[in-house]
Amino acid sequence: MDGSLKNGLTRRQFIVTTVTTAGGFAVGIAIPGTAHALPLAPQLWGADTPGPHEISAWIVIDPDGTVTIRLPIAEMGQGAATATAMMVAEELECDWSRIKGEYASANRNLQENGVYHDMEAIGSRGVRTTWQYLQQAGASARARLVAAAAKRWNVAPEQCDASQGKVFHKTSGRSLGYGALASDAAKIQLAQEPAIKTSDQYRLIGKPIPRLDTPLKINGTAQYAIDIRIPGMVYAAVASCPVFGGKLASVDDSKIKGRRGVLRVVKLDDAVAVVADRYWRAQQALADLGIQWDMGPDAAATSAQFRKLYRDTLDGPMVTARNDGDVDGALKTGKVIEALYEAPHVAHAQMEPLNATVDLQPDKLDVWLGSQAPPDALKQAAAASGIDPRQVHIHNCYLGGGFGRRTEHDEMRHAIAIAKVVQRPLKLVWSREQDMRHDRYRPQAAASFKAVLGTDGLPVAIDSRIACGSILRSLGESQVESGVEEMAVDGVSNIYYRVPNFRVGLALKNTHVPVMYWRSVGGSQNVFFMESFVDELAHAAGQDPYEFRRAMLADRKDLLNVLDLIAKKSNWGSPLPAGRGRGIAIAENHHALIGQVIEVTVNPKGDVRVDRVVAAVDCYRVVNPRIAESQVTGGIVYGLSAALHGEITIKDGAVEQGNFDTYPVLRLADTPPIEVYFSLSGGKFGGIGETGVATVAPAIANAIFAATGKRIRQLPLSAANIAGAA
Amino acid sequence: MITLKVNGTTHKLDIEPETPLLWVLRDELGLTGTKFGCGIAQCGACTIHINGEAMRSCSVPAGTADGAAILTIEGLSKDSKHPVQQAWLAEDVPQCGYCQSGQIMAAVAFLKQFPKPTDADIDSNLTNICRCGTYPRIRRAIHHAATLIKA
Repeated sequence: MDGSLKNGLTRRQFIVTTVTTAGGFAVGIAIPGTAHALPLAPQLWGADTPGPHEISAWIVIDPDGTVTIRLPIAEMGQGAATATAMMVAEELECDWSRIKGEYASANRNLQENGVYHDMEAIGSRGVRTTWQYLQQAGASARARLVAAAAKRWNVAPEQCDASQGKVFHKTSGRSLGYGALASDAAKIQLAQEPAIKTSDQYRLIGKPIPRLDTPLKINGTAQYAIDIRIPGMVYAAVASCPVFGGKLASVDDSKIKGRRGVLRVVKLDDAVAVVADRYWRAQQALADLGIQWDMGPDAAATSAQFRKLYRDTLDGPMVTARNDGDVDGALKTGKVIEALYEAPHVAHAQMEPLNATVDLQPDKLDVWLGSQAPPDALKQAAAASGIDPRQVHIHNCYLGGGFGRRTEHDEMRHAIAIAKVVQRPLKLVWSREQDMRHDRYRPQAAASFKAVLGTDGLPVAIDSRIACGSILRSLGESQVESGVEEMAVDGVSNIYYRVPNFRVGLALKNTHVPVMYWRSVGGSQNVFFMESFVDELAHAAGQDPYEFRRAMLADRKDLLNVLDLIAKKSNWGSPLPAGRGRGIAIAENHHALIGQVIEVTVNPKGDVRVDRVVAAVDCYRVVNPRIAESQVTGGIVYGLSAALHGEITIKDGAVEQGNFDTYPVLRLADTPPIEVYFSLSGGKFGGIGETGVATVAPAIANAIFAATGKRIRQLPLSAANIAGAA
Repeated sequence: MITLKVNGTTHKLDIEPETPLLWVLRDELGLTGTKFGCGIAQCGACTIHINGEAMRSCSVPAGTADGAAILTIEGLSKDSKHPVQQAWLAEDVPQCGYCQSGQIMAAVAFLKQFPKPTDADIDSNLTNICRCGTYPRIRRAIHHAATLIKA
């Protein structure tokens, strides 16, 4: 960070390694919670109606100067609470040690016509879609506080300045705290909204300041939805039909009759629940019910059938998502290189099993939930209950992980359906098995590629065909059978390599297994397909996979910077012992560029050990590097779990895996050293939550090839698949 | 009647002895810092101490802990001042945070056994699952905590 240009790296490049962030509190920034009350409450939801001392819907300033910032994005571990507060505080010029944060209300958002915008913690949007209006909210409040002070002093606002929660009169040195000005400022209407800061004016944004939620997450006080207790609450445990689309046929409750604490059995269309005075009693009684299911039309479906379906679909009609040049013509000009790749369903397996607590009254519904999209949860709750949406109150909690799962609230629909019957406040908790077997999974997919190389070894033509489940169709949001679902081709259709003749075909095919957004979405399978194939082409051309990609990226300086950085930091090209290999992959995913070099060791049995991950990210700008690094690292760990182990299989129409014993995920001992570097090209803010996932699988697969000469074209990259590979 | 000594307080509870401690802590005593993650002792989100030993409370019948000294995250320290909590704070370990009570309780018991842990000690003894991927920071925080405890 000496500002000089070294090896083509710009001064914007900075490093966040596991070493440099250790204990690295930013100098000169007080940590909320040390001198004052904690910045975030254990229960994070805010009021549904405007309260006193509001400057705007976004900002409350109490007479004592405490600033409360309304946070539009759910905190699910991605650091949104801290990052969004920083963006408002940057402009507000308040005292960071005296801020508080609380969730913006989805109900108020409905009543006030979207005052908090979409409030969706999906698509890595927490910063990239909010920064302008959050900065504007802070700037607007600051300008009104300054105007209030100027009026009080009878001076021009231009003679005043705001800093650390006070307005100063520059010439006289007089000052007034925000607390004393807030009620006046709230009445001021600005003739013109102030401009927001440019990045060179940032004082807070860009600093690695500690997260606001950490103090509550080291002592058990942060409340997740599962922790909420309301007066008179009873508990429900539920089992859904093992086969999606099946129905409940009959229930024999003779074994649980008269059992302590059990209140009743509730039959739903496709599920059955036991309600009891304690969750454990409900769960035990549920296990002892004699349940007969009508498994429905898909009771014989298997993963092997799905695999065949997607392979066969590759040979059928497709819609064209991209078509550059003349692919058919170019494919006739040389030897065609072909490959076929496959990816299975994977589960989200967030740590907190889905749960919801509901209090359903005749004309009002309160829901305590962990939602990535509270306005959507509100609509879903209104639809499920029949209550006027304006009388539905979503009390969003800290989320025990989301990864895309907490947008479609099947658990809440269960809770509402059961509450309608029992007519009491109710907490419903899905068991881990229910959670894993009734997830909405990453789509199963297959892709085939054909390419011809030119005399320079670089591809003249690539023809790619993708067969994949449609997320939108599964969600009932859209019929896209004949159209292109962008996320189904993301990671292939939007590649940045110079390939003069390039075509992407897509066929969407759904089975009875529901599919949905899974961290990094289409990129999680498509980048594996694409970057594996690019690696195959490099080897077919007899070229180094790093140099090969470099040559195809000549006009993308940003990606070249990322690629060069990972090559340099990983000592790309330096010799490795036998059985060890290095793989490289790059992608653009959710508004960030990511590159990774992964080193693996493959033992003679085919067991893969990941020895090292070197990642570089260009998300253009960063709000908080301490959090951004954790998101990339976390994405890599999530990607490692899926790449190495992740597979949901279907037998007799039902999901076979049920818990972490049959659905293994990465643990500490399996986690390699992970180095994260940033190479920021500036401009807007990008995404950070998902990009780390996408390149993990191809980088490992390419490393396995480098180590063993075996090309794995099927996820997960398990020993079984390696043993079967050519 | 089962007698449980939790965080220094004795509770006499009229519950089925086979009730897992996890649910006794959460639903009878309102100590919700201990989390439900899997129910089969796989993930460790429910880790507590029983007579000083880290245990996965989802798989410990309350009856077997009758009279034992039980420590949960709520009783670990006043004001989060335990060195492991302080190390977790300094390293900003948690992301979603759901597994962290269990991670911290596991680390506290581990550091009593391994006051100067190597990475290999950490690998072979700390097996709690974190889906956010905080493992590198957990590793750092454990080393950090070891220095705080020694100091």
